[in-house]
Amino acid sequence: MIFITIGTQEPFDRLIKAMDEIAPLLGDIEIVAQVSDSGYKVNNMKVLNFVSPIEFNKYFNTASLIISHAGMGTIISALEKEKPIIVMPRLVRYGEHRSDHQLATADKFKQLNYVHVASDEFELKNKVLSLLHSMPKPLYKLGKYASNQLIGSLESFLLQ
Amino acid sequence: MKVLAIASAGGHWIQLLRLTPAFKNHEMIFMSTNESFADTVEGYKFFKVPDSNRKNKLQLIKSALLVAKHVLSLKPDVIVTTGAAPGLMGILVGKLMGAKTIWIDSIANVEKISMSGNIALKIADRVYTQWEHLSNNKILFNGNVLS
Repeated sequence: MIFITIGTQEPFDRLIKAMDEIAPLLGDIEIVAQVSDSGYKVNNMKVLNFVSPIEFNKYFNTASLIISHAGMGTIISALEKEKPIIVMPRLVRYGEHRSDHQLATADKFKQLNYVHVASDEFELKNKVLSLLHSMPKPLYKLGKYASNQLIGSLESFLLQ
Repeated sequence: MKVLAIASAGGHWIQLLRLTPAFKNHEMIFMSTNESFADTVEGYKFFKVPDSNRKNKLQLIKSALLVAKHVLSLKPDVIVTTGAAPGLMGILVGKLMGAKTIWIDSIANVEKISMSGNIALKIADRVYTQWEHLSNNKILFNGNVLS
């Protein structure tokens, strides 16, 4: 199953539409999309409008590929759960976010080789099709907590 | 010590939870913008405040007042936040009350410190960035929420 999540901010119709368009090319693979107030009418995917955190986790945990905006929450969750993930940055010029910081986030995590990045709809479609050709693999496994360095620094600051 | 940990829904909250081992020897209280997050910190006191951002001024004020009310009645010794607006308000009120205040800028801010982080820089006792290239004599880098 492919799970698509766009977080809880503004709509992200470019991503939803691109995935809806290639869904028929993906054969028997189930595609589930968590969508928040979209102007685009989805035809080829299962859509979840309101989803509880428990239900959300159920889909997230069973997915073999996550496709999402370049939000840190989703990226960290995918890395913790060893899920391969493709992220597409939200852009201000399409009214998808208040700043373009997701571009830099996506770039940085791509450099670290933690995530796959699609910069636009075209790249997203290509990436999904080529990844599914071979079974997608997680790029990195993240531990449950922050680095010891940061935790240690906070601990000692509390005692100062 | 009593530690009040504040984070808005989404990535901010997930980052905050990854820091919890740092506070294991202290009493922790959580505050966020999504009621259902209480389930992820079972056994701890949890307070919900309205979400807000700089686009909606009225909501921002409402949220700020509620954060202030909670902080005043909880009287935490330490306030730690990973952002965004409600966390900044917590730091402001906490500082006025003499609490130790810590701002940890989100790892999503790769190119520059967030706007809220820049304000926190003027108030908080300690400000962390999660990217070494953004650190300077006022902004600390000491690792990040990844491991």
